[in-house]
Parts: sequence; structure tokens; C-alpha cells
Amino acid sequence: MGLFVDILLSGVAQGMVFAAIALALGLVSRATGIVNFAQGAMGMFTTFIAFSLLSDGVGYWPAFVAALALGAVLGAAVERTLIRPLQGKPALNPVIVTIGLLIVLEGAAGSIWGNVARGFPAAFSQRGLVIGRTRVAFSHFDVFLVCAVVVLVVAIVALFRWTNLGLRMRAAAFSPEVSRLLGVRVGRLFTLAWALACAAGSLAGLLVAPLSSFSPYFMDLNLVYGFTAAVLGGLLSPVGALVGGLVTGLAIALVGGYVGPDLQPIAALALLLLVLMVRPQGLFGTTKVRRV
Amino acid sequence: MTASHTRPDAEARPSGARARAALRRVARRQWLPNQPLVRHLILFVVGAGLFYVLTVSVGAYNDYQIGEIAVYAIVLGGLSVLTGLNGQFSLGHGAFMIIGAYTLALLQLHADVGLVGELVIAAVIAAAAGAVVGVPAARLSPPYLAGVTLMLALGLPQLSAQYGSVFGGEQGLTTTPPAAPGTLSPERWLAWIQLFCALVVLVLLANLVRSRFGRAFRAVRDDDVAAAVSGIHVARTKVLAFTVSAGCAGLGGALLVLSTGVVNVGEFPLSLSIALLAAMVFGGAGSLVGVWWGAVALVYMPTWSTSLSQHLSLGTSAAAYLSDAFFGVVLIIAMLVSPAGVQGGVRRIGQLLWRTVAGPALESAPNGLAARDGTPSGVAGGGVATDRMNQETKERSRS
Repeated sequence: MGLFVDILLSGVAQGMVFAAIALALGLVSRATGIVNFAQGAMGMFTTFIAFSLLSDGVGYWPAFVAALALGAVLGAAVERTLIRPLQGKPALNPVIVTIGLLIVLEGAAGSIWGNVARGFPAAFSQRGLVIGRTRVAFSHFDVFLVCAVVVLVVAIVALFRWTNLGLRMRAAAFSPEVSRLLGVRVGRLFTLAWALACAAGSLAGLLVAPLSSFSPYFMDLNLVYGFTAAVLGGLLSPVGALVGGLVTGLAIALVGGYVGPDLQPIAALALLLLVLMVRPQGLFGTTKVRRV
Repeated sequence: MTASHTRPDAEARPSGARARAALRRVARRQWLPNQPLVRHLILFVVGAGLFYVLTVSVGAYNDYQIGEIAVYAIVLGGLSVLTGLNGQFSLGHGAFMIIGAYTLALLQLHADVGLVGELVIAAVIAAAAGAVVGVPAARLSPPYLAGVTLMLALGLPQLSAQYGSVFGGEQGLTTTPPAAPGTLSPERWLAWIQLFCALVVLVLLANLVRSRFGRAFRAVRDDDVAAAVSGIHVARTKVLAFTVSAGCAGLGGALLVLSTGVVNVGEFPLSLSIALLAAMVFGGAGSLVGVWWGAVALVYMPTWSTSLSQHLSLGTSAAAYLSDAFFGVVLIIAMLVSPAGVQGGVRRIGQLLWRTVAGPALESAPNGLAARDGTPSGVAGGGVATDRMNQETKERSRS
């Protein structure tokens, strides 16, 4: 019983990270209609910058905020320089650009920081909390992690639902041409969506780095789990991302705990294929009609 | 493209026009016979001759690299048909190489089927795996397909750790290269085998591309609904393309580990799968000549990046990353600037040269040189003149 609870708790913590990545993927997909495969690598890169700042004696929170801000800047820069010129080309081309960016960033991080697994510090203690008399596999840091992602999701939902800016972003994504006619600066909003998404990706990187062996490739698997979570949640809905992340995290943790950690990616692949076959629009998505 | 209506009556013309007509024939490749099989077999013999001369004129170390180029040409050929002609795309071809490689190693350990048997079985098993992946893949749009194949490339290698007793875990399994006949060095013999396989596979692929199936591939790429209306079974066509492509990757993986002598998953990281995609785009998606450019880049890039990082005194660890980063940059630049790749550039230069040499006479030729080759302008978008015409028809019917 204790083992089962511990597995579920670690699944919740991991699932929150996947939810943050799924949210980032969804933001980009909603704005520019592509899946950003460099999302994980961008988060990895800014986490490494935070790591450098920490090694130089900067405090944890300034480094944390700097990484988020850099993530936003990186996202905006990528959208402006690499994605914008490909508007109107076949949809595959920007996707391939993000894949290229993925290995460029990993190569850059590898040559700057080297491919050694390091430890990334956590903001809070990583020892399990004591509830009653048993120590459970859920630490102060995990509490922070869950809170941070929930705050992120709530903030994004609030942005889209209750602010003027969010309304304009939804309009721009829904119908760029009409929005432009009504005076919405569609291009800027797409850049903003990328900036927000990459800040969320940076957050995921910062949160998951202490839990994993921290090397230039540490976000690869997290990206594919995040992708699974995004597809599960319907790719476009923030709440769907949260639920998709939780389901993926729990499934991954259960497979890892009872079958073997090496089978986790294949299990996630099976889950992804199952969702795509049975309910391609995801649990929270709506069916999109495609006309020819 | 029939040539009958453009072939001039040479006797009735003055010599200048006759020369131009001859040039035009060369430019339109009419010096090769029209039957695809005969044409490809002639190219096969020419290629084999070239490679023979190449291997006997270079040293033993280069034999290894030439063999490696041939192996990657096979893998890239399969990928090129999948992406360039069928519009599907895979980030997981490293996984199919792993399947072929382990199949060969396991056969060498447990069964005695001879080299040909090993290679054929490795290709067949990988093709079967490709069919299994291809069935769900056929229903997915490109970004999802990319995600699924990405997960395959990340997840499949971990199986070797999970089932270490079968696959040898981290160390992997060993392979033995085929014994060379007579006084031939084993490296050269293996390089010849690999080159022979590459030429055979490329001839088969070239024939496939020109066949009913190849046309179905392209039709599905350009518009699956229109293809279905024309009586093409879209899902079956997509699965076939994936199967063929995975089979090529499996054969490539099996041939590759014959030279390395060992199979372990460390040789097939995710970056290899992405580099394969980049090399295919670099050579020119859908071009079976272009795969050689991509294969050369794949084999020599690590060497070049080592010397470049020494030149820039970046330290040894940076070298490994430079070549990965190079392929990333190739992908980005190719998408932004020239999706037709190196072979597309070569073809365009050739076209310009012919135009200046042969004068405006060539302009009147229908669609110029590109008409015969399936050169897409996007990675998976139609770009051939005929495709463009379809596109226009489609646009009209939409509006």
C-alpha cells in the first residue's frame, strides 16, 4: 500500500511537469498551428543558463526569474526569425524547423556545458514530508512544483477568459484575417503566445531538473511525455493540459513502479497511440472539421 | 511526359538547329532509354563501375567510410521516398535501423542462414515493424506522426536495457563481418557488399517510384481526398510507403553493424534519427540521386566538425556536438531558403547552363528539365510542374 501511494504521489509531481510542457505546446499550437518540438530543448537551454548563474553565486530566485524571462525572449525571437517567414508554406516546414532547432540547442548546450549529468539545486527540501508517522514520497519541493504549475494554468485560463488581451489572442488564433481587419496586431500576439509558451517551458525545465539527471538531453523524454499529455488533453485547452499531464504522469509512474522504468517511453507511446486512435481530438478537445 | 511531339525532324533542319536539337535531347535525358527498368539498370552498371574505380583507388580506411556512405544512402533512399514522395515523415528511422541491426546480430548468434539470409530477414523484420507503425501512422497528420515516431526513436532503445538477457544490455551484441574471398581485404569486400546493396536498393526504389505505386504515393501526398476519389486506397498506400521505408532502414542498420562489429543502442541515439531527416532534406527530399549528398554529409560531418573544433580550439567534447548542431542548422536553413536541397540546386544550375548553351530553344520544351523528376518544392509539397498544375486545378475547384 505504501509503495502504491508513493508511486501515485511521484506520478502527480511528474504529471505537473508534463502539464506545464503540454500547456506550452498548446499555446504555440493554438497561435501558429504547429507543434513546437524544440519546446523541451528551449526549456533545457534556459535551465542551463540558470545553472550557470547559480554557479556564479547568483541566488536561486533571481536565477529562476532570469530563466523564465530568457525563455520568453528566446520564444519571441524564435517566432520572429524562424517561424514567421514560413507562414503560408506547407505546414510541415515550420515543424521541421523546430526539430532542427531541437538539435541545434542540444548541440550548443553540449558544447558549452558538456554532456555530464549534474545535480540541479531545488528551491526547497527534497526530503519526503512526514504525514502522521510515515514519510511519503512527496517533498516540500513537490508541493512547490504542484503549486507553481497550478498557478500557471490558472493564470493562463484567466488571461484567456477575463482579459482584453486574452480575448484578442483568442480572436487572432481563431481567425487571423478578420482580427487584422478589426485592428488586432495579430503578429505581435503570436509572438506573445510563443513568449508565454517558452516561459512555461522554462518553468517546466527548472522544476524537473532537480528530479532528473541534468544533462543537455534531460528534456527529451519530458517533451514526449508532455506531448502525450497535450494530445490527451486535446492540445488547445489549458485545463485539458493539466488533466492530460496528471493522467500521463500517473500512467508513467505506475509503469515505472510495477513493470520497469525502461518501459516508460514505450508505455507512453502506447497511451498516445490509443488516444489518437480512439479519440483523436483528446479528452477535452472538440472535433475540427476539415474541408477539401 | 511523352517526347514524341517535341522530337524534331533533324534531317530537315540546318546544322545549328540540329545541334540544338541534340543538346535538347541530352538535356531531357533522352540519351537514356525510356523504359524505367532499362534506364535504371544502365545507371546501376555505370554506378557500379564508378564505385569499383573509387574503391581500388583509395586506401583501406576509406573503404570503411565508402561502405558507410552506401549504407546511409540506403536508409536515406527509404526516407526520401517516404517524405518526398508520400508526404509522411519520420523522426524514428534510427529505431528501424536498430531493429535491422539487432535482427542481424541475433541471427548470427542463434541461426545459420548465411549473409544474404541475414540481410533479407533483417530488412523484412524491420519492414514488418514499419507496417505495424504505419497502420496508426496512416491516420495521423504530420505533427502527430512526428511525435509518435519521435517517441519510437526514444523508447525502442530502452527495450535493450529492459531485456538485457536477449539484447546484451549496454554492451550490446557482437557481429562478425563476412569472410572475404581470396586475397581481398575484408574491409574492401564489405564495402563492395554494401555498395552493391545500395545500388540494388536504389534501382528497386527508382522502379517503385516510376510504377503505379509511386504515382499513388505522389497522389496521396498532394491531396489524399482527391487520391481517394481517383480510386487509390489512401491508407494502404501510406502503410506501403512506411513499410518500404522501414525495410530500407532495417537493411541499412544490418549492413552498418557488419562494419562496426558491435550492436548497441548507443550507436543509434535520437540525434541520429534527426540527422537522417536532415541529411535527406540536405540532399533533396524525394531525389534518389540526392541521397548520396546526404550520405556523404552524414559520414564526413563528424570528421569535419572534429577538425573545425580543433581549428577553433574548442576542445574535444565540442566536436561531437558540432556535427549534431550542423544538421540542425541544415534543417532550418533548408526550410527557410531552399527546400529542394543540394540536388535541387544542382538541377537548377544544370538547367541554367543548358539554357545558356542551347539558347531559348529549350524554353519551349514543356516544363524544362524538372518534368521527369519528382522534385518537390516543399519537403512534402508538390512542386513538379504537373503537380503544380494539379494544385491550380485544386485551387480553382475550391474557390
